Amino acid sequence: MTILMNLSRREFLRGIVGSGALVLGAQFFPTMVSAEESSPISTPADLTTFHPQMFVGIDTDGTVHIVAHRSEMGTLIRTSLPMVLADELDADWKRVKIEQAIGDPRYGDQNTDGSRSIRQFYDTMRQAGATARLMLVQAAAQQWGVPPSELRTDHHVVLHPGTSLRRGYGELASAASKLTVPKKEDLQFKSKNEWRYIGRGMGSADVSEICTGKSIYGTDTRLEGMFYASIERPPVLGGKIKSYDEKGPLQVTGVHQTVPIDPFKPPCAFQPLGGVAVIADNTWAAFQGRRKLNVVWDNGPNASYDSEAYKKELQETARQPGKVIRSEGDVDAAFAKDASTFEAEYYVPLLAHAPMEPMAALADYRDGMVTVWAPTQSPQTVQTVLAQQLGIPKENVICHVTLLGGGFGRKSKPDFVAEAAVLSKKLGRPVKVVWTREDDIKFGYYNAVAAMYLKASLDARGKPIAWLQRSVFPPIPSTFDVSAVYGDAGHLQQGWTDIPYDIPNLRIENGPAKAHVRIGWLRSVANIYHGFAVQTFTDELAQRAGRDPAEYLLDIIGLPRRMDLSKTAYPNYGASPKTYPWETGRLRRVTEMVIEKSGWRKRKLSKGAGMGIAAHRSFLTYVACVVEVQVTDDGEISIPKVDYVVDAGLVVNPEATRAQFEGAAVFGTSIARSGKITARNGAIEQSNFFDYPVARINEAPFQTNVHIVDSDAPPAGVGEPGVPPFVPAMCNAIFAATGKRIRELPLSLG
Amino acid sequence: MIQLEVNGAEQSFSGDPEMRLLWYLRDILGLTGTKFGCGLALCGACTVDKNGEAIRSCSTPMSSLAGAHITTIEGIGANGLHPVQQAWIQHDVPQCGYCQTGQIMQAISLLRKTTKPTDQQIDESMAGNICRCGTYQRIRAAIKTAAGERS
Repeated sequence: MTILMNLSRREFLRGIVGSGALVLGAQFFPTMVSAEESSPISTPADLTTFHPQMFVGIDTDGTVHIVAHRSEMGTLIRTSLPMVLADELDADWKRVKIEQAIGDPRYGDQNTDGSRSIRQFYDTMRQAGATARLMLVQAAAQQWGVPPSELRTDHHVVLHPGTSLRRGYGELASAASKLTVPKKEDLQFKSKNEWRYIGRGMGSADVSEICTGKSIYGTDTRLEGMFYASIERPPVLGGKIKSYDEKGPLQVTGVHQTVPIDPFKPPCAFQPLGGVAVIADNTWAAFQGRRKLNVVWDNGPNASYDSEAYKKELQETARQPGKVIRSEGDVDAAFAKDASTFEAEYYVPLLAHAPMEPMAALADYRDGMVTVWAPTQSPQTVQTVLAQQLGIPKENVICHVTLLGGGFGRKSKPDFVAEAAVLSKKLGRPVKVVWTREDDIKFGYYNAVAAMYLKASLDARGKPIAWLQRSVFPPIPSTFDVSAVYGDAGHLQQGWTDIPYDIPNLRIENGPAKAHVRIGWLRSVANIYHGFAVQTFTDELAQRAGRDPAEYLLDIIGLPRRMDLSKTAYPNYGASPKTYPWETGRLRRVTEMVIEKSGWRKRKLSKGAGMGIAAHRSFLTYVACVVEVQVTDDGEISIPKVDYVVDAGLVVNPEATRAQFEGAAVFGTSIARSGKITARNGAIEQSNFFDYPVARINEAPFQTNVHIVDSDAPPAGVGEPGVPPFVPAMCNAIFAATGKRIRELPLSLG
Repeated sequence: MIQLEVNGAEQSFSGDPEMRLLWYLRDILGLTGTKFGCGLALCGACTVDKNGEAIRSCSTPMSSLAGAHITTIEGIGANGLHPVQQAWIQHDVPQCGYCQTGQIMQAISLLRKTTKPTDQQIDESMAGNICRCGTYQRIRAAIKTAAGERS
């Protein structure tokens, strides 16, 4: 049996320090840090130091170790961030080894969500690389007795132009390790034309291992003597065990015992849901044992939750005045003067993430410490949650991050890791918890179900004079505070408070909704339903005005301007509005470009074909999308072509970015075609890919073209921004093809 | 006792005959390149080769495998990368990569029978393999590249 050994950073550092290598922190380290001091276990005090991050080390043989501290779930972030560091270090990519970080606050934020890894750590990576390069140059200068300013680097070598003096990074590592780490002000960064990797990009560092089946995902982890566990959870949120057959599962060969797991204390947050675990020698036996548990549940108050009734409640709430989020001009006065206002309602159901790897985690608890291996987007959240669950200090939780078989936001929530940890503590053995697909679908943190109501008053050309929009959805904060019923600014901002249209009278509202399931973030989150409503309503207004939807969209975006959202709660995805202003000109530009690139109104379409357009800014990135659909007489929809134009500021890895948008189109196709989670008597009705279908190769867009705008603006997100405009663009295309307007998802042509 | 061959090695299995091949491969033999995605033969992540046919190991009981020759992702490309794997790498197909071993096994099976598959033949053969990251466009391109190399 193989034992998974993922070196902790301590071991990693000891290894390279032991070989006389250079170990570097980023520039904010006052002095060189020794291996022992850098241990997250032995120096908890050190963890409180301001951003004490360690990202790069160089061996005497020239191997450059770069720490990837964000989680790899398919965005290629494990490649792209180290690539930035390697570029600034002027390292040979072939001699770079990427080391996955454990959860440790010294790296700063490790929660890989919100499409923000590059923008948050681009500068940090460049500084770490430039720091190492400068010290290597200084070491060579000392050895040669020349001023550092006369030296330069070239692909893993320091050289003295005009002479034959050259020395490899490995040869300089020991000498460089004795130098004082330079201050940030003394660093010199490459100019854009000197970049070797940034902007050109790199294929996945993991691709060979992935394609040969050698990669280790959470579910592939193994430890000698470990148990496998499968857990029967309460079907209704907050349910508790009344009784179960403790002995039944033991009839299955390979099953050792059953272990009840405590129900959570509200709010549910990231706690285990409770239930009964079946402990076995292998996954199959654990699954079979579960069938014999015959648990009788006390379902509790959420048992009355029914998606059909809830939908009517949300829609009714959306028709009533709500909490005002943003208001400009006087919408009511404008509506009062207009006898022919236009209104429409939109609806998007709960959505499940359904990453291809169902939740799985391995935990080994012993002597007040737990080591876990998990496909987590957020290893520090794992530390926090497990510390609470086990009653141990956070520092005693060592979280190794495996590859993630998809994440989409689900794996930011470590309830499944906590299950493994709690069981390992109870059993005194390493335990791997494996979720079934049914568990994954039924026990998600769902993207909120949402009802939207929009109303507009139009001028003679059909352009809005007044615009009211109201959204109602159970908010994500309800997962952490049972009393939360209103949307928070962080999610209301998502394609809602920041509507980019130039309209004199505007009011944005939000109505209350109580959650009865766990609500969480899913790839692009509230942008999904908000973007769908706003961009479909826009298309409807164009239709009413008898105008071309693309031309109308440009008109309604208006002239280039910086949106002033200072009077509104608008977090701007956590970014400074100075560095990342909301510029309608950039949205306009991607829209103009997508009109051109897609051949909008230039190409003759066959019968049953139609093109739809939408534009949306999310995660600081401006995206316009044109979708072309083909609808048969039987109502079968195919998507021959999609064009995206993307302005994400500086794009570090263009090919990986294109892949993210290709994938977003498929993700959006799933949402539009079949994304629907419902509850009855409080329990989720869907269970697997037959009743929660996701797009397959024959349903996905055939050709997605991704056009990246060349930009010097600071880098923005690319993982999520492709989803929001795709869904309405596809629905608008269906309208163009069939005359059937889609106001409710998943779409139905019936 | 069930005798079978996995990646060229003789194996015997004496556990629960209803155990699915997937869990035998992963938990007993430690061949974790074959993935669990749904347990109902709906997603193709668990695809392996049985006697020259692509099958879903999550739904194949051990009792049906007496004398079978099983090849998993670990068993292909014994002499370096298989042309399908090479094409996958060339087109940067994987995102998260979890489904890709199943996709590759299915594509190898397709190309064995249909050396130059049309788009429709690719759809028909690959529609049982879900990729939630949405790499289908690159999967199609990689299959075409591999088909070209094989001819």
